[in-house]
Amino acid sequence: MKDEALLAHMDSIIARYPKSRSAIMPLLHLVQASEGFVTPEGVELVAKKLDLATAEVAAVATFYSQYKRRPVGDYHVGVCTNTLCAVMGGDAIFAGLKDHLGIGNDERTSDGKVSLEHIECNAACDYAPVIMVNWEFFDNQTVESAKELVDQLRSGNPPAPTRGPNTLPTWKENSAVLAGISDGRAHEGVQAGPATLAGLEIAHERGES
Amino acid sequence: MTALMPVLSKHWDEVDSFTMAGYQRNGGYEGLKKALAMEPDAVITAVKDSGLRGRGGAGFPTGMKWSFIPQGDGKPHYLVVNADESEPGTCKDTPLLLANPHSLVEGMIIASYAIRANHAFIYIRGEITHVIRRMQQAVDDAYAAGYLGKNINGQGFDLDLIVHVGAGAYICGEETALLDSLEGFRGQPRLRPPFPAIAGLYACPTVVNNVESIASVPAIFAHGVEWFQSIGTEKSKGFTLYSLSGHVTRPGQYEAPLGITLRELLDMSGGVRAGHTIKFWTPGGSSTPIFTAEHLDVPLDYEGVGAAGSMLGTKALQIFDETTCVVRAVLRWTEFYKHESCGKCTPCREGTWWLVQILKDLENGVGKAEDLEKLLDLCDNILGRSFCALGDGATSPITSSIQYFREEYLAHLSAGKCPFDPVASTLFVGARA
Amino acid sequence: MTLTNNEVATSVEMITLTIDGFEVAVPKGTLIIRAAEMLGIQVPRFCDHPLLDPVGACRQCLVDVEINGRAFPKPQASCTMPVENGMVVKTQLTSPVAAKAQQGVMELLLINHPLDCPVCDKGGECPLQNQAMSTGRGESRFTGVKRTFPKPINISSQVLLDRERCVLCARCTRFSDQISGDPFITLNERGALQQVGIYEKEPFESYFSGNTIQICPVGALTGAAYRFRSRPFDLVSTPSVCEHCASGCALRTDVRRGVVLRRLAGDDAEVNEEWNCDKGRWAFQYATSKNRLTTPLVRVDGRLVPTSWPDALATAAAMLEGKRSAVLTGGRLTVEDAYAYQKFARTVLGTNDIDFRARSASEEERAFLGQIAGTSTSNADIDAAGHVVLVAFEPEEESPIVFLRLRRNVLSHNLTVSTVAPFRSAGSKKLNATVIKGDEIAALSGVQLDAHSVILVGERAARTPGLYSAVLEASKKSGAKVGWVPRRAGERGALEAGALGNLLPGGRPVSDPSARVDLASAWDSSTLPAEIGRTSDEIIMAASEGTLISLVVAGVDIDDLPVDARAALQKAFVVSFEIRESSVTEFADVVFPVAAVVEKSGTFVNWEGRARSFDRVLDDVSKFSDARVLSMLAKEMNRPLGFGGTASAGKELHALGPWDGARVSAPTAGPKSVDQGGNAQLISWRMLLDLGSLQEDEPHLAGTARKAIARISAGTAQKYGISSAIKISGEAGVITLPVEITEMQDDLVWVPENSIDSQIRTLGKSGRVTIGAAS
Repeated sequence: MKDEALLAHMDSIIARYPKSRSAIMPLLHLVQASEGFVTPEGVELVAKKLDLATAEVAAVATFYSQYKRRPVGDYHVGVCTNTLCAVMGGDAIFAGLKDHLGIGNDERTSDGKVSLEHIECNAACDYAPVIMVNWEFFDNQTVESAKELVDQLRSGNPPAPTRGPNTLPTWKENSAVLAGISDGRAHEGVQAGPATLAGLEIAHERGES
Repeated sequence: MTALMPVLSKHWDEVDSFTMAGYQRNGGYEGLKKALAMEPDAVITAVKDSGLRGRGGAGFPTGMKWSFIPQGDGKPHYLVVNADESEPGTCKDTPLLLANPHSLVEGMIIASYAIRANHAFIYIRGEITHVIRRMQQAVDDAYAAGYLGKNINGQGFDLDLIVHVGAGAYICGEETALLDSLEGFRGQPRLRPPFPAIAGLYACPTVVNNVESIASVPAIFAHGVEWFQSIGTEKSKGFTLYSLSGHVTRPGQYEAPLGITLRELLDMSGGVRAGHTIKFWTPGGSSTPIFTAEHLDVPLDYEGVGAAGSMLGTKALQIFDETTCVVRAVLRWTEFYKHESCGKCTPCREGTWWLVQILKDLENGVGKAEDLEKLLDLCDNILGRSFCALGDGATSPITSSIQYFREEYLAHLSAGKCPFDPVASTLFVGARA
Repeated sequence: MTLTNNEVATSVEMITLTIDGFEVAVPKGTLIIRAAEMLGIQVPRFCDHPLLDPVGACRQCLVDVEINGRAFPKPQASCTMPVENGMVVKTQLTSPVAAKAQQGVMELLLINHPLDCPVCDKGGECPLQNQAMSTGRGESRFTGVKRTFPKPINISSQVLLDRERCVLCARCTRFSDQISGDPFITLNERGALQQVGIYEKEPFESYFSGNTIQICPVGALTGAAYRFRSRPFDLVSTPSVCEHCASGCALRTDVRRGVVLRRLAGDDAEVNEEWNCDKGRWAFQYATSKNRLTTPLVRVDGRLVPTSWPDALATAAAMLEGKRSAVLTGGRLTVEDAYAYQKFARTVLGTNDIDFRARSASEEERAFLGQIAGTSTSNADIDAAGHVVLVAFEPEEESPIVFLRLRRNVLSHNLTVSTVAPFRSAGSKKLNATVIKGDEIAALSGVQLDAHSVILVGERAARTPGLYSAVLEASKKSGAKVGWVPRRAGERGALEAGALGNLLPGGRPVSDPSARVDLASAWDSSTLPAEIGRTSDEIIMAASEGTLISLVVAGVDIDDLPVDARAALQKAFVVSFEIRESSVTEFADVVFPVAAVVEKSGTFVNWEGRARSFDRVLDDVSKFSDARVLSMLAKEMNRPLGFGGTASAGKELHALGPWDGARVSAPTAGPKSVDQGGNAQLISWRMLLDLGSLQEDEPHLAGTARKAIARISAGTAQKYGISSAIKISGEAGVITLPVEITEMQDDLVWVPENSIDSQIRTLGKSGRVTIGAAS
């Protein structure tokens, strides 16, 4: 946490905002990029950087569900179990993965590769059921495809997201992106998935575009 | 018969639609040039005249919101775009920003110019990494092209645009919670008044708009106010993205004039999945009271949906067929509200905690018939008693589902369990929970 | 000692509205909930607190509101909505909708609240309990599983948190953020798991933490010192006044069967609003600690032995009669007791040798105080000020309620605070104060002042020759008002009473014959001593030289005196007035036990010059006030004082009135410090919570004290190779402390004056020390 590059990133993030306290969320993402989760040292460093009481930083860190209090896997698997995904298979997928990985919600496999969480609606309902790995889309999942996915994650051959970069970044790498540090991969992947284009295609077919 | 009308989505099928080159090839940033040639107040008037209303749920007239910003007050003004798309069923802004983030950037420059803001923020939910990449790249490219930064287009207007990434909190879609979050606090809603237009971000005048609202602005300037006014219904002008999901043949984004009906959308897209019939649906996300087959012809505009007892919301059309247990669906939504309640006010914090317990019992068939009345009374004690609309929204699926499916709730009690097979409602065969 | 009427005659716009059918006119901006209170209508509430920003979180206070015939579609939180003309409000008394809304919220608050009222400290005085009775339903409809937390947890050594009882009204967190500026407790997590908490490594060590317990509307926050000690309905409450500092807080002292069990902040909008500091709340065991004196003592064969009052009075009289004597009163007396001491000195002992300053003191200060006596710079002046300059004064440590007032004004209407100080203290930071370092006199001359400015100068100004003079000069030039804020509760009263060698009561100069005549006639005394009295250090010097034979000493800690007094006390006859055995009674020849504050009535005069009178809390007829004992002793010496106790002494002082003649001459700067040697200048002040004798036997309170550290500049650290710990050597001893590199001038070292591990008296009396790295 004393890494020079990290501290420099912190300064550049703080400089983006008219008021420094606004930088608290990206700084916490940055702590996750460095440490994998929001460590006590990370909270203390952010407090020091922003001249806040550590309690004030902890109050923010515990409010948001993306900030993790303990280590997650290199690949954090989120299964949407909000109503629509759940009904269409999300519940079955989540149950299947718990069984397959031998871990429960918010737990990590012993090899540290994969952690599992049931997540709320991730704005991809037209691709239900949806899985997010390190907050990248894996659309239209089944129980079997999900098991295959985590097997690949554990064996070190992560597949590419459905709508995302050409290869799957690690948890820490993506946390850096959330902190606002570019990985230069915006151009990778599709511009839109099939469901996104459904209406446009029908409009074309019907001559309404 | 209302036809589809791709405007925002018109070029999404071009592989470089998200790039500066792709956007400009199709007339991108032309609306901006027209707007910058106008006086800021004239820009506000144009957006007012267009009839554009907020696409984030509440439907407040966009131009009027801009006009509330006091001018000449000597304070900084801010534009904040709400890209914290999290309402269950809602999935329009995310694909929009993935496919064409520049339409938002262009709209933000026009809006900022109109309200005299030199700082604009996009508050984007943190669980969509690739969208964040695209958004940040678009902003970087807009700076490089001279559309952001100092002296934009050589016309003396300065604007800095900051992409701010959330960290997982549905409540931050509530505009004042979003502002607290953006200021570095816990995302809990603020008292209103003062409204953001008077004391918003950093206690300065602030406009908070939804992604789709702002992304719709460039088209108004590119094609003209009259053109926009000619689309849609009397009080619901323009085009919008309808997000079809669930038990349908072809889920996805359907851009059409406001006022199209679900029946029309289903007819053109292959209908409910083969061999099944529609049971219930949401017109605008889980916080809008559910509809049933009897509402298929309700015009999907602000007035039409309102008159039928629900809200247009985010136009998130989640379709559930007859295999779906409504109690299970409602329980899961309620669990969502419990998980996302910020904790600030008693009715929402404690009420959602209790609602989940009652609904669980009902779904498992161990509740009592009186629980239905208790549930409704509890909803009555939450609706309109909570600090913000989250608590209100939590009651919508419950009260509306009891209104339409009371018998199904009771059937759980007589069966002593949920009478539905959850496998039947999945999209794949052979799944076992 | 005059009270100014702070009400400013400004025209306030009045709003007329109707609540439950009654019309009421209230000032614009009034919240509905408070307008209802004016009609005697109590709307139930939890998060609402008149001194905190409205938050509208608990939703308990929902009422129906209609404006000009248009009704709000849903009930509104009456704690957040200001009144408007033509508003019609229906509370639970007249609106079934409001009543049901309130019942609904109450039911929800209770579903997760434990049913542990029988073992809860709050039971019997609990807003939740009371309002559950008025607004709740008889039986719960909740049959589910309650939220549970491990309980209780210590969030400091003094404050315990029971999260199950918490209703998340956020009063405590808002107080800590908005009022004290110590955001060490926060709301954490969210939704139904939201909970108050601290960061595990940063306890809730705020000087004002006790207020959060007092405003907690449930039993979620409790104090370790009072926990499980009593039931509210067994307590007898008496309004009282704090004896700890010159802020003069109103208190409420709660007693059960003759034992003080707790103290709470009292309400006084003009002084402490509804707050007090933790020292004022929790430091009161000193009066009942085991070395309390209960009988007079006389020294026989070198040992103090109990004796009768007549014997003690006779012995003391013999020691004082016809001998050159002086009086040291300390700074903790009530104005009545101080008045008795000075009258005893002047009419019985025939001397002006009296000084209340048991601390660094100077001749210059006496002259300065001659300008202050009888004047009034008040809290209202701070409220009206655009700029407050602090000189030799750290309000958070030395007068915490002044600190809260300053902070309130800084936050609410942009008061600017500047402080002439060696570094930016924690308190200065919370005041957004501009810190002006370096030579204090030069610094003061550079400060922009005008007639709307207030200079608050602390007693430590006596350590810098010329500083008091510079304060008066700056005030004269700019029209800025001057407030003198001593640290102890009795100093201002002692000044007004004339317990000083150059001043008679009411600021009358000893040097002015007409003042002496005025007083002599009032006292029915033939003459009064005309010679200016000695200062406290001169008194000690004279005693050790044998010029003074006897000393009357009241409530003085020997180590607080500016020079080493042991030899003097050893040599002189010492008549001591004390509540407990002390460093002075060790040397005393006669000891009179006197009443503690709770055992007597009296008046403290706070820094403003505001009289803060209080009645006796404990009815213990065996305890005599200093004034009463002095009157007995005077009678024994056949020169009666003319009053028998505090009430009549106070009446006499009041009758004297203020002096309208010429004041003592303005001060002139004394000689500069002659301390030499060493490699660094020692600077210091007392922490609010430290080893002060009135804080004894309060382990929970002591646990929240700021840990002692030393401060030096980066340059000084480098120069002497000091990194983590520092060794400070004086002529008499050594202090070793952790060091914190601080933005301050080189070759200075700051340490707390009287804290654990840092008592500067152990270094000796010189301000010069030698610093180096501690191994």
